[in-house]
Amino acid sequence: MGKVVVVTSGKGGVGKTTSTAALGAALAQRNEKVVVVDFDVGLRNLDLVMGAERRVVYDIVNVIQGDAKLPQALIRDKRLDNLFLLPASQTRDKDALTPEGVERVMADLKRYFDWVICDSPAGIERGATLAMRHADMAVVVTNPEVSSVRDSDRIIGLLDAKTMKAERGERIEKHLLLTRYDVNRAERGDMLKVEDVLEILSIPLIGIIPESSDVLRASNIGAPVTLADAKSAPAMAYFDAARRLAGEDLPITIPGEKRGIFGKIFGRKAA
Amino acid sequence: MSIFRLFARPRSAPMARERLQVLLSHERSSVGNDLVTLLREEILAVIARHVQVDPDKVQVKVDRDEHVSILEIDVEIPRDAHVMAA
Repeated sequence: MGKVVVVTSGKGGVGKTTSTAALGAALAQRNEKVVVVDFDVGLRNLDLVMGAERRVVYDIVNVIQGDAKLPQALIRDKRLDNLFLLPASQTRDKDALTPEGVERVMADLKRYFDWVICDSPAGIERGATLAMRHADMAVVVTNPEVSSVRDSDRIIGLLDAKTMKAERGERIEKHLLLTRYDVNRAERGDMLKVEDVLEILSIPLIGIIPESSDVLRASNIGAPVTLADAKSAPAMAYFDAARRLAGEDLPITIPGEKRGIFGKIFGRKAA
Repeated sequence: MSIFRLFARPRSAPMARERLQVLLSHERSSVGNDLVTLLREEILAVIARHVQVDPDKVQVKVDRDEHVSILEIDVEIPRDAHVMAA
């Protein structure tokens, strides 16, 4: 049985879709079978970031309503054989997702794939709660910025209350993915530091993605950043985060940190 | 960054951190939030029982601090308002 991961944040625009695509492609490059699922019905974008927007025929709502079979709706990535996308619908209203339908689709996906990565819509409404409902683990995407941290705190509360795991009295694994981090601004005291966000949200850190133009470039060309430029700083950070997600124990590094003589003497760690 | 700028502008991140800590400690204990709402409603109900109050002349302010919350209710009672509310 595969693992279900929800990529969530509460706030919009913090990098959920980018992170879903990047982590999905990173896990697929480890030769695991991966499907990324877009839950943002009405405002789908994962297809665009994955570069599959012209190949969408059926979507998750078609599958739930029985208009298409699951294998018909899955789109295989052109670059990685074992990476698939289940798109959201663009036109229908968000009530088209039913709890029973989502449960059926997730159960099927878990049978075929090692990883089912759900890209949550922003907000705390139905779409977001359905995206997290069946998750075994959650990646909480947060920017080092007050409104994002506050919304992440709300989402962490929802994860502990509204998921199947939580309702069964089990613990849902939650991981913090800090995105758009600018080490220089943080060092200058103009941006919340990794330690600040960790202390406030108190969930374990799975990675720090640096603010980088490589992320925008990857979405421009329609490729997960871990495929567009595997050697770029954000891609390497996502590869490390994917390894941690898979259970590897890696020390966290702060990308872009220039280790001067002081850094070497006082060798600091993030977590 | 020049040394002058360092003096001219205080660091903003520590402020962000402090504001978040205070805010989230309140939001996490939804009990605290509900209490302030409850107090506000009941106090205003009591006042309305005795005087007719123009809703526009009532100001309610809440200040949530790290250790205490302050609920400030400012009701303007006109001189001829000894008329009992219905």
